[in-house]
Amino acid sequence: MKLTQEEKDILNGSQGETMAKIMKTVVDFGDVFGAKKLVPITHASHFVTSFGIGLLKPLFRTMDEIISAGIKTKEPFTVDPRPIDYKNVKCGLLNKLIFSKIMYKEQKRYEEQLKKIGLKDEKGFTCTSYFEEVGNLPKYGDILGWAESSAVVYANSVIGARCNRNSGMLDLFSAIIGKVPEFGLLTDEGRKADWIIDIQTSKLPEAQILGSAIGLKVMEDVPYIKGLDKFLGTELNDDVKSYLKDFGAASASNGSVALYHVGGLTPEAKEQGKKLIKKDAKVYTITDKELDRVYKSYPILWKNLNAKPKLCFIGCPHLSMSQLKVWATNIINNLKINNRKKVTVRTILTTSPQIADEFRNTELYKKLQKTGVKVSSICPLMYTNNPIAGSKPIITSSNKLRTYSSSRFYKNDDILRIITGGNK
Amino acid sequence: MKKFVGRVVAGGKISGEAIVSKQGMNTLATFQKSALKNAKIVISSDQNNPDLYKKVITGKILCLPKTIGSTTGGLVIQTICSMGINPSAMLFSEEIDSLAASGIILARNWENSQIIAIDKLGDKFLKYVETGDKITIEEDGTVIVEKK
Repeated sequence: MKLTQEEKDILNGSQGETMAKIMKTVVDFGDVFGAKKLVPITHASHFVTSFGIGLLKPLFRTMDEIISAGIKTKEPFTVDPRPIDYKNVKCGLLNKLIFSKIMYKEQKRYEEQLKKIGLKDEKGFTCTSYFEEVGNLPKYGDILGWAESSAVVYANSVIGARCNRNSGMLDLFSAIIGKVPEFGLLTDEGRKADWIIDIQTSKLPEAQILGSAIGLKVMEDVPYIKGLDKFLGTELNDDVKSYLKDFGAASASNGSVALYHVGGLTPEAKEQGKKLIKKDAKVYTITDKELDRVYKSYPILWKNLNAKPKLCFIGCPHLSMSQLKVWATNIINNLKINNRKKVTVRTILTTSPQIADEFRNTELYKKLQKTGVKVSSICPLMYTNNPIAGSKPIITSSNKLRTYSSSRFYKNDDILRIITGGNK
Repeated sequence: MKKFVGRVVAGGKISGEAIVSKQGMNTLATFQKSALKNAKIVISSDQNNPDLYKKVITGKILCLPKTIGSTTGGLVIQTICSMGINPSAMLFSEEIDSLAASGIILARNWENSQIIAIDKLGDKFLKYVETGDKITIEEDGTVIVEKK
């Protein structure tokens, strides 16, 4: 990689040993992928590591080293959700003990470290930093050094920013030097599609299953999706953006998709159309039958397959305001239909702290509270990492949560039916 | 016995037993349970990967197309290397992905880990190699596979 004089000086220790090591790591990373230079990051960062799991000793040690050296990120950053929210996701004593004293015993220390190096603010903990309410919203063409797979795929695909699939730690190092190596999705060529996904379904596919099917098929390649605009339209309104958020998260966790194009809808597809598709692109046809096959292939990891669900998480990634309102309204209405006052399964709707605060000031929230549903900004995945909490029969509408835990995945309509006590 | 040549991402010389994932390995899902338990050896906890599920990874030569899943992947690889429960080498049939590359570089630069990584070994390598085969890795990226 060709470095500027300033970059070479940093590498040689002009700004101290720690900065030299940080620069070397970013440069080594770029060299693996044939990057020719480092390019400036043009928008604030978002980090994936939000949890003070005791075993992540290398992370805490490195943070201490960075703080001791007086190093901060160039811009304030946001980070993924907190792993604990005792107020809204109540736990028994044993679970609390495991969370606070064993699993996330470094949480307080880590949050202090994040503040010292440039965390945006106390509410900067969400996986959906790109929502306007949160305020870490890049614009088309911005160069990013983000991690968090669901945020990267959203920023690339829905916003048209440019970001590689960065790892935890590399996100931090890039934010410190303010630069990322130029390769892959930062280049025009790297953003071209390796796959054509031909949507031949009879109705709008469930976002979480479509994303999963595509992720499992294309892995980290770039898909160009044809025929989805037939159902979603050609405007990126709030509902469409929410759909694409969930679709992208499923594709990024079931595979490792970091960029997709939706013909007639996403910015680059609108701009360049089929010019975005590589000549030798492979084709994957999505039919109702194929989605059903993928849905039925998910293993069920509950010890007792017929157990009654004990907990339901909706919102991984965090819900948008429009999704939160739809879920709240549907839960209230379906309980009425089913002649019930309270949900039959303890249910947590997860969203960013900013959206949660705004929602808590609405009449809808007051009605929702009466149903027993809680609104939280927790990371459900981090919650289910607790072996006792996570081994309970948990249901979810998130394919990402399904992938990383033993939670059982259901389609949105099924989740609604189960938690409101409806009949099959 | 067959010989394959790849690109050296992190070099070294070693012999050992293969553990093979024919599909992309989800780093977080594979390592998280063992790492959380502070285990002395990693037993894969990825329910979606039958090639690895419930098998020992520590000290083995892990053969795979690439890694997939959460972007904590690099930090997870760095952590298992710092705990000394990592595979001794990772052999990628495809070009290494950004998360695995980050993990290998972080482990080498910050943990003094000797983990070896060779990529671009090709589809034929992944078709040929099976769990339990004996593998020898040379400094120049040559990989010799002897059937079990």
